[in-house]
Amino acid sequence: MLKVSDLKVSYGAIQAIKGISLEVNEGEIVSLIGANGAGKTTTLHTITGLTKAQSGSVELEGRNLLATESHKIVSLGLAHVPEGRHIFSSLTVEENLMMGAYIRKDKERIQQDLSRVYTLFPRLQERREQAAGTLSGGEQQMLAIGRAMMSNPRILLLDEPSMGLSPLLVKEIFHIIKELNQQGMTILLVEQNARMALSISNRAYVLETGKIVMEGEGQELLQDDQVRKAYLGA
Amino acid sequence: MPQELIVFIKHLINGVQVGSIYALVALGYTMVYGIVKLINFAHGDFIMVGAYAALFSIPVLTGIGLPAWFCVFVAVAACALLGVVTEKVAYKPLRNSPRISALITAIAVSLLLQNLFMVCFTSSPRPFPEIFHVPDLRLGSIQINGVAVLTIVLSAVLMIALQLFVQKTKLGRAMRAVSEDSEAASLMGISVNRTISMTFAIGSGLAAVASVMYGSVYPLIDPYMGSMLGLKAFIAAVLGGIGIIPGAMLGGLVIGLVESLTKAYINTQLADAVVFGILILVLIIKPEGIFGKNIGEKV
Ligand SMILES: Nc1ncnc2c1ncn2[C@@H]1O[C@H](COP(=O)(O)OP(=O)(O)OP(=O)(O)O)[C@@H](O)[C@H]1O
Ligand SMILES: [Mg+2]
Repeated sequence: MLKVSDLKVSYGAIQAIKGISLEVNEGEIVSLIGANGAGKTTTLHTITGLTKAQSGSVELEGRNLLATESHKIVSLGLAHVPEGRHIFSSLTVEENLMMGAYIRKDKERIQQDLSRVYTLFPRLQERREQAAGTLSGGEQQMLAIGRAMMSNPRILLLDEPSMGLSPLLVKEIFHIIKELNQQGMTILLVEQNARMALSISNRAYVLETGKIVMEGEGQELLQDDQVRKAYLGA
Repeated sequence: MPQELIVFIKHLINGVQVGSIYALVALGYTMVYGIVKLINFAHGDFIMVGAYAALFSIPVLTGIGLPAWFCVFVAVAACALLGVVTEKVAYKPLRNSPRISALITAIAVSLLLQNLFMVCFTSSPRPFPEIFHVPDLRLGSIQINGVAVLTIVLSAVLMIALQLFVQKTKLGRAMRAVSEDSEAASLMGISVNRTISMTFAIGSGLAAVASVMYGSVYPLIDPYMGSMLGLKAFIAAVLGGIGIIPGAMLGGLVIGLVESLTKAYINTQLADAVVFGILILVLIIKPEGIFGKNIGEKV
């Protein structure tokens, strides 16, 4: 479904991504794990056009995303929940969710999706009139995911959804990611919480300073000695 | 009614009239700042261009049988186009550069426009004809100048319309979203470039309306007329809180009133000094302006 081939990205003289290839098939949860500064966020940013690639290709169902303007990508069925949430803090919770449906015109379906988001995140419904900036970190993460869902995507890119959350909330968020996947959503998950990420993933890639150094099934990597040492603190 | 009170009310109305012109101009500064975090120093000169566009279009318009005040539309079109082109040519290439680069470019655009117009049309002031023929308004013993009423009402209508646009329409929501977080807005499917162009068009269009109303109060136009007017409107925007739409409106009115009352009761020469004094005071006491940072709508 999503195919990245030999992608290179640099910021000025610094090459952050040194030629990576990865693939996400329909219905999968694929995770991309790696230490700080490995280039995970850069990879996602390049997929959605927020950062320009140097070379290589990114294809969504055969369509060249590198030649697609950033704002046109969401209408192709790909939604990106950026690192640090990036919710619109002065807008209300519901206005934020509606921003997620900005490109859509099917009013009835939008309402259906809104109630679907509220069912998944009842806390957002309780706070729908509240300014989003006043939400707690966990609620903001739920809002960011809910907002992405409002575009009714087929594939979701999640950048460190567990960042800054309490262990209990991390569990809840991962549970929801899994549930979304069971409802048919394809997911590319970027995480530093490698244990959690691998445990729900079909497949995973390990990124180290701009290169993919390992790939395999989630369970397989969880058992791998090198991965355990480097990323699971075991 | 005592004579002094009547005179006072006249000064108030005069202040509100000039203030609403400042407010229209201040909106342009504030909207552009809100969305690209740039003080568009050329904004004042857009007013000047608007005034010339209006002036030169009047004979053409009356020649084809249209009323002279249709020059407002010509000025709005000219300024909106100028704003959009300036952004595309001068500011957009610098969007990811340090902010100071864009700021210096804005000053350069300002100087370019002033000098271009001086070379083309000389620096001697040209009279701006009377284009609005509105009867004066009588309220008891107070007679209010018709153009003043028109200016105030027109500005009020435009500001309400703008507020409704920003708050209630889809494009307005896109503007707020881009102003708050342009990357996230882009991920929502909003074209950041188009939204920025639209903001420049609206801001510059409001400046064009201001230019015609200004020409109707001070009917002399020259290539430098925009600098002082622009500066005062900029102070108004800072006073209200740069980036905040209702702040620009309030700031404009306050500056207009202060200026008018200073002229009337203290000293004409002192009016500008008082206005700049306000800027210094705001910067010292509450640099984020009356409406602060987190309240009000940022655009
Ligand atoms: N805008 C930028 N300008 C210059 N260098 C950047 C920029 N963004 C990222 N980098 C560099 O690129 C490299 C990869 O950064 P990136 O944010 O993609 O890492 P990451 O894997 O997401 O890290 P983290 O886990 O901390 O979020 C880092 O060395 C970083 O310093
Ligand atoms: Mg990151």
